[in-house]
Amino acid sequence: MSIKKISKYQPEKFEFNENNLKISKEIISKYPEGKQKSAVMSLLYLVQNQNQNWIPLAAMKYIAKLLHMPYIKVYEVATFYSMYNLTPVGKYFYQVCTTTPCMLRGAYKLVEACKEKISKNENEISEDGNCSWVEVECLGACVNAPMIQINENYYEDLSKDKLLKIIDETKNGKQPKPGSYKGRFNSAPETERTTLNNLKNA
Amino acid sequence: MLKLKINDKEIEVEEGLTVLQACEAAGVEIPRFCYHERLSIAGNCRMCLVEMEKSPKPIASCAMPATDGMNIKTNTPLVEKARKGVMEFLLVNHPLDCPVCDQGGECDLQDQSMYYGLDKSRFKENKRYVSDKYMGPLIKTQMTRCIHCTRCIRFATEVAGVPELGAIGRGEDMQITTYLEKAMESELSANVVDLCPVGALTSKPYVFEARPWELKKTETIDVMDAVGSNIRVDSYGWEVKRVLPRNNDDINEEWISDKTRYACDGLKNQRLDTPYVKIDDQFKKITWKEAYDILTKKIANVLPDKIAGLTGDLTDMETMYIVKEFFEKTIKSPNLDCRSDHIYVDNSNRSNYIFNPTLNGIEQSDLVVIIGANPRFEATILNSRIRKSYLNNNLQIFSYGDVGNLTYPYKILPNDTSEIKSLVDGDSQLSKKIISAKKPIVILGQSFFKIKSAQTLFDQLNNFLKSNGKINNEWNSIGVISNHSATVGAYDLDLINNESSRNITLDKIQNNTNEILFLFGQDNLNFTKKNEFVVYIGTHGDKGAEMSDLILPGAAYTEKESHYTNLEGKLQKTYKASYPPGDALEDWEIVNKLSELIKRKKLFKNKNELIDSMINYLKLKKDKGSNTLEKSKNEFVNEKIAISEMDYYYSNVIARASKTMSECKNSLLKLMKTGTDG
Repeated sequence: MSIKKISKYQPEKFEFNENNLKISKEIISKYPEGKQKSAVMSLLYLVQNQNQNWIPLAAMKYIAKLLHMPYIKVYEVATFYSMYNLTPVGKYFYQVCTTTPCMLRGAYKLVEACKEKISKNENEISEDGNCSWVEVECLGACVNAPMIQINENYYEDLSKDKLLKIIDETKNGKQPKPGSYKGRFNSAPETERTTLNNLKNA
Repeated sequence: MLKLKINDKEIEVEEGLTVLQACEAAGVEIPRFCYHERLSIAGNCRMCLVEMEKSPKPIASCAMPATDGMNIKTNTPLVEKARKGVMEFLLVNHPLDCPVCDQGGECDLQDQSMYYGLDKSRFKENKRYVSDKYMGPLIKTQMTRCIHCTRCIRFATEVAGVPELGAIGRGEDMQITTYLEKAMESELSANVVDLCPVGALTSKPYVFEARPWELKKTETIDVMDAVGSNIRVDSYGWEVKRVLPRNNDDINEEWISDKTRYACDGLKNQRLDTPYVKIDDQFKKITWKEAYDILTKKIANVLPDKIAGLTGDLTDMETMYIVKEFFEKTIKSPNLDCRSDHIYVDNSNRSNYIFNPTLNGIEQSDLVVIIGANPRFEATILNSRIRKSYLNNNLQIFSYGDVGNLTYPYKILPNDTSEIKSLVDGDSQLSKKIISAKKPIVILGQSFFKIKSAQTLFDQLNNFLKSNGKINNEWNSIGVISNHSATVGAYDLDLINNESSRNITLDKIQNNTNEILFLFGQDNLNFTKKNEFVVYIGTHGDKGAEMSDLILPGAAYTEKESHYTNLEGKLQKTYKASYPPGDALEDWEIVNKLSELIKRKKLFKNKNELIDSMINYLKLKKDKGSNTLEKSKNEFVNEKIAISEMDYYYSNVIARASKTMSECKNSLLKLMKTGTDG
C-alpha cells in the first residue's frame, strides 16, 4: 500500500446538507466539552456519504473549521485510513476482497470480471461514470468467500458470472440484491444442516 | 526521591523522571532519536531500549517512568542486540547518501550507526522513495532520509504553536509534510533543522556550504532582537556561514528565531569596507587619513552646540560609552541620544525600562497583560515562553488591541488609553484580576511609550501595581519589551537627554538646527536633510549611509568583542568570529582616533581600559542612580495606542541586507495573497 494520492479535481466548496448538519451536530454532542475533535472520523464518513463516496479537500477544511482543529490534523486522519477515498470513485464503488480465504475461493476471477466490465485498472471510473473498483484486504465475511462490497452492502458467494450480472445491473442503474448468491441465509451451512444433532452431512 | 539500580549502581533520582533521565543522572548515555528534553514524549524510534528486571521484553526508556526499586541494565548483550535490530530497521529505508548529505558530521544516525550499525545490509528489496516537500524558504527537505521521529511535528505543535506540520499516510509510507506543502508560518520554523536527527530537514540557505568540522565555532550573543539569545557563530575564513543556538535555560532555552539564524548572510552584502565622502552627490572612496582630515576640520569650525549624535539599534555598549565620552569630553556637546523617535523613558530607575519578571519568571506567572506590543515579532523567544507557560500553567493572557495570532489564545480589550486609565484606577475587571493574581506581568511594548500620555499612565500603572503589592523585592510586574539589542544598554549608559520626557536631541535634529550630525549605525532616523554635514559610522549601506556626507566603515556584531544588555538587563559579551571587511575598523577605534586628532589625546589607551571604565560607570550608576525626570506635567490624553507593525524580516540593517530574509518576506506575502489559510 502506498500513500494515498489526492485528486487533482477538487470542488471549490463543500458544506453539509441540512440533514447531515443535523446528524453531525448529534455526533459532536456525544463527546465531552473540549473533546469535540474526536468526532473527526465520523464526520469524514458522513462527508463520504454525502459526496459520492469521496472526500474533497474543501470538506477537510470544512470539518477542521467545524471542530476547531488544524487542517493538517484532519488531513492526517483522512490519509491514514484506507476506507476514506480521497479521489472520486464510481457511484457504485466495488471493493473486491482478495485476502487469503477469498483468494483461495477464486477472488481473482472476480478481479478479472471487474477488469473486463468496469475498468482496466483499480481506482479508474468506468466509461459510463457509474462504477469503479478496488482490491481491498479482508472484509470479514470469509465464510461467504469470495465476496465484494458495493457501497454499503455485501455480495457474497460469488463467481465470475454472477458478478458480471451484478455489474450489468448496476450499469443499468438498478440496485442489485445484497447477500449470498448461493441462496443460503446469511452464512448458514450450504447443506441446510442447522444443528449438531444430525450428523448425516457432517 | 526514588531509589533504583542502574547497571548495578544504586542511584537516587527525583520523582517524575523517566528511566532515560535516570540513566543520564547515573552517567549512562542512552542512544535516542525521537526523545528530546524540551518536547513531549513520543516513544516511536525504539532506539533507547534498555533491559528491566522482571520485564520479558526490553523497554523504551524514554517513555517509561522511573519507579522505586527498578533494576535497569543498559550494557547487556540483550540490549545491544535489541538496539542493533532497531538500527537495522531504521537503515532499511535510509539512503546511503552521507557523502552528499548536509547533516554529515553532525548526524545522530551517522554517529549512532558507528556503534550499533551493521556493516552490511541484509535488505535486498527496493528502498522506499519519498518525494521532497516544500516547507518554505528556510528548510530544505530530503524526505527519503526521514526516520519518522516526529520531533519536527512536536516542535511545530508544542513550541512554535503553529500546528502546520503533520504525518500523512501510515507505516512505512508515512510522510512528514505541511498542509498541502505551504511554507511554515512561524518565526521559529528553522529550529526543526536542528531538531532533525538525520538529514531530512536541512538548512536551505546553508546548503552545500561547508562541513561542520571545517568551521570555526565562536560562542557569542545575538543582536537581532533585544532578547540576546545565546548563539554559536560558525565561520569559514571571513565569511559567517551559519548561526546556531546555544543552550541557555535562562534566556533562549535552545531555540532561536529565524531572523537570528538566517540574517547572517546580510553580513556579506552591502558592507561598507572603506571610508567614502560625498562629492556632488557621488560617493568617492577615500583613505582613513583623508576622512579624518575632513571631519576634524569640520568639527573645528563648528560650535559644539551645533553637533548632534544618534546611536543605533545594533550599537554595542563599548561604542555607546566611548561616543558618550566623546560628546562629553572631546567636543562637549549635549546633543546625544539613542532614540530615533519620541519615546518616553525615565532611566533613573532600571526597573522602568527592563523586563523585570525575567524570561524564567514568565513560567511562574499566572496572568499576563500586554499593552502596546506584539511579542511574537518584537521578541519571538519571549513569546514562546509565554506560550510554554500557557500550555503548562494555564496562563491567562489579555491584550489591549488585537495583534493577530500570537500562537496562544488571548482576550482582546479595546486599545484606548481610557481603558488603561480605568485599569490603573482599579475600575476595570482586569484590575481586580491583577490584584488577585499571584505573579501578574504587565508587558509594555515600545508602542505604549510612544503615546502622548505615556509618562502619566506609566507612573499611575507603577503606583497601582506598587500599592497592590505587585512590585516588591521578590516580584516586579512591569515587563518592558525593548525592540533592539542596543536599547537597554543605551539607557544603562545614560545615552539619553533626560531633561524632558520628549527627545530634545531629535527635535533639534528635525528642526535642522545642527551643522554636524553623527549617526552611529542609526538607520531609522526620520528627517529631511538641509545643510547638515552627516557622518555615518556603521556597517551597512542603508538609509543612514545614503543621506550622509561622510561614511566611516565599522564592524558588525560578529566582528568584534563587545557587550550587549538584553531586555531583562543581563549584560552579555559577544566574541569575535570574523573580522571587519576591507579597511573597516571597530567603531570604538574610530571614535578614539577622532578624539586623538581633535584633542591630541586618546580617550582610552586600549579596549580593556574602555571596558573597565564602562563597567565602573555601570556599577556607579547602580549605587547612585541618575537624575530623575521631572514629575509629569504631561496630562492624560484620550487616544488609541497604535501598535506599530513591525516588519519582522526587515527590522535592522543586517536583516535588510540579507537575501534570505527577503525571501522569507516574499514567501509570507505570497501566503497572505493566496489566502491558503482559508
